[in-house]
Amino acid sequence: MTETFYDVLRRQGISRRSFLKFCSLTATSLGLGSAYAPKIAHAMETKPRTPVIWLEGLECTCCSESFIRSAHPLTKDVVLSMLSLDYHVTLMAAAGHQAEKQLEEIKKKYKGNYILAVEGNPPLNEDGMYCIEGGRPFVEILKETAADAKAVIAWGACASWGCVQAAKPNPTRATPIDKVISGKPIVKVPGCPPIAEVMTGVVTYMLTFDRLPELDRQGRPKMFYGQRIHDKCYRRPHFDAGQFVEHWDDDAARKGYCLYKMGCKGPTTYNACSTVRWNDGVSFPIQSGHGCIGCSEDGFWDKGSFYDRVTDIKQFGIESNADKVGGTAAAVVGGAVVAHAAVSALARARNQTGIDVPKEGDK
Amino acid sequence: MFAQQDAFEAERTARLVKAIYVYEAPLRLWHWVNALAITVLAATGYLIANPFPTQPGEASDNFLMGYIRFAHFSAAYVFAVGFLGRIYWAFVGNTHARQIFILPVWDSNWWSEVFYELRWYLFMVKEPKKYVGHNPLAQLMMFLFFTIGAVYMICTGFALYGEGLGLGSWASNMFGWVIAAVGGNSQQVHSWHHMGLWVTTIFVIVHVYAAIREDIMSRQSLISTMISGWRMFKD
Repeated sequence: MTETFYDVLRRQGISRRSFLKFCSLTATSLGLGSAYAPKIAHAMETKPRTPVIWLEGLECTCCSESFIRSAHPLTKDVVLSMLSLDYHVTLMAAAGHQAEKQLEEIKKKYKGNYILAVEGNPPLNEDGMYCIEGGRPFVEILKETAADAKAVIAWGACASWGCVQAAKPNPTRATPIDKVISGKPIVKVPGCPPIAEVMTGVVTYMLTFDRLPELDRQGRPKMFYGQRIHDKCYRRPHFDAGQFVEHWDDDAARKGYCLYKMGCKGPTTYNACSTVRWNDGVSFPIQSGHGCIGCSEDGFWDKGSFYDRVTDIKQFGIESNADKVGGTAAAVVGGAVVAHAAVSALARARNQTGIDVPKEGDK
Repeated sequence: MFAQQDAFEAERTARLVKAIYVYEAPLRLWHWVNALAITVLAATGYLIANPFPTQPGEASDNFLMGYIRFAHFSAAYVFAVGFLGRIYWAFVGNTHARQIFILPVWDSNWWSEVFYELRWYLFMVKEPKKYVGHNPLAQLMMFLFFTIGAVYMICTGFALYGEGLGLGSWASNMFGWVIAAVGGNSQQVHSWHHMGLWVTTIFVIVHVYAAIREDIMSRQSLISTMISGWRMFKD
């Protein structure tokens, strides 16, 4: 328990120079400014290391894949050394009973003191039988491990919102982890997968500062999910100018105009893709000419086409959007008004001749 | 010769005309400013969801979408501030100023008059009743479509506006909960706000039609009342 992060890093063969570089990089990527670099260094030199247990439920491992491809190798190495890779289903060396025993040991030794990172979610139907790990339903393992954790990280859209396995009709009743775990602070890091630098940034923040980063209304760290893709998109000037791609193969597409009309979900998606980008900052979906599909948003599978601006509203049947429903209703009402006006005019003409003829006894 | 004819017709069509002051000046002003704001909001709102074809030239030479959105947001402020002013006027104005906010749903008499008015529209009765303010059916429609609709559009609209202003902005603080309330995906709020455009369009069609029709066919003035404030009774 007396081992610090710094001790671990040195033991892993990371030089002090690299360590300090990492501290300044982290301070910058977290938006804290250079003054925080020595503070991070100090914290990591003096604080006992906090292990991270990484559980995988119903998922595709894209979060892990993203995580180990963190652009800056330094960041990756440092953060990976901080993680207790004694238990990461995909990455650990151990297997079988040996691995399960290790999980138990970490849980006992660091009771109430470890961070639980969850990739994927538990299916609840049939007592959780749709996801079995080590002979037991994942939902049980998740609840047990979460019970002794200090804090929980929900990796990706699966753990945060449910993602594809929770898309309608959700036969296994896959459920986001915050609906299963109670009484623990949870930070959601959505995306399918989340950006590697965002993941390492969140872990580093929690390990060094010993608290959750500031969260928005839906439990996402503000530092990475505080703005929409649209707000920082490099194609935004074309949006404001009214210059849009109308077809995938038109001139506007070649010129790199705004993909708004092609159903880009950038205006409704909170993530850091347009600033941090992917694969060492090489590109992100919009830069490669395809609209954002909103993979870090709640229920993005069930919100209609990825390629429509005005998307289908499920409440009105399968193929109906606001314009179709509203336009039809307005046309029907308009028609009814015209018909009603015609009948009214006829009724009035029948009762009235323009100049009233006084009836008998009227005056 | 003509004077004699005129006098003759006037005598034959002469009716007792009474007038009551219904709509006070601030209310009338609000009505027309509001009508203008709704027109701008509906047109620009539709264009935000379904933008014009691509503009030619450099991005730096164009700002079409920017202007459309600016018009939408400006009109939205006018609409929202006007609505707040209208609520204030419900407190300090005359009794008719409260009609679109409070329905006497506990009054069975009121309900029966709603149905009477409905029968008038279905050509089942020969003559409508006379009302100084809104007739009960009109009052019900104003409440459901305008009052509720306005609150709905203001809440969803400023929730979306708050996304652009950013976290911590007044709009995000005051209306951001709307996005969380519908499941957290603002795409859903966009769809529902857009649906509101069509509800508003339908409201305007019916509202304008009913006003013109009743001005002609019922026994009191309507359109001129919203200009002069005076309700004229024709018999």
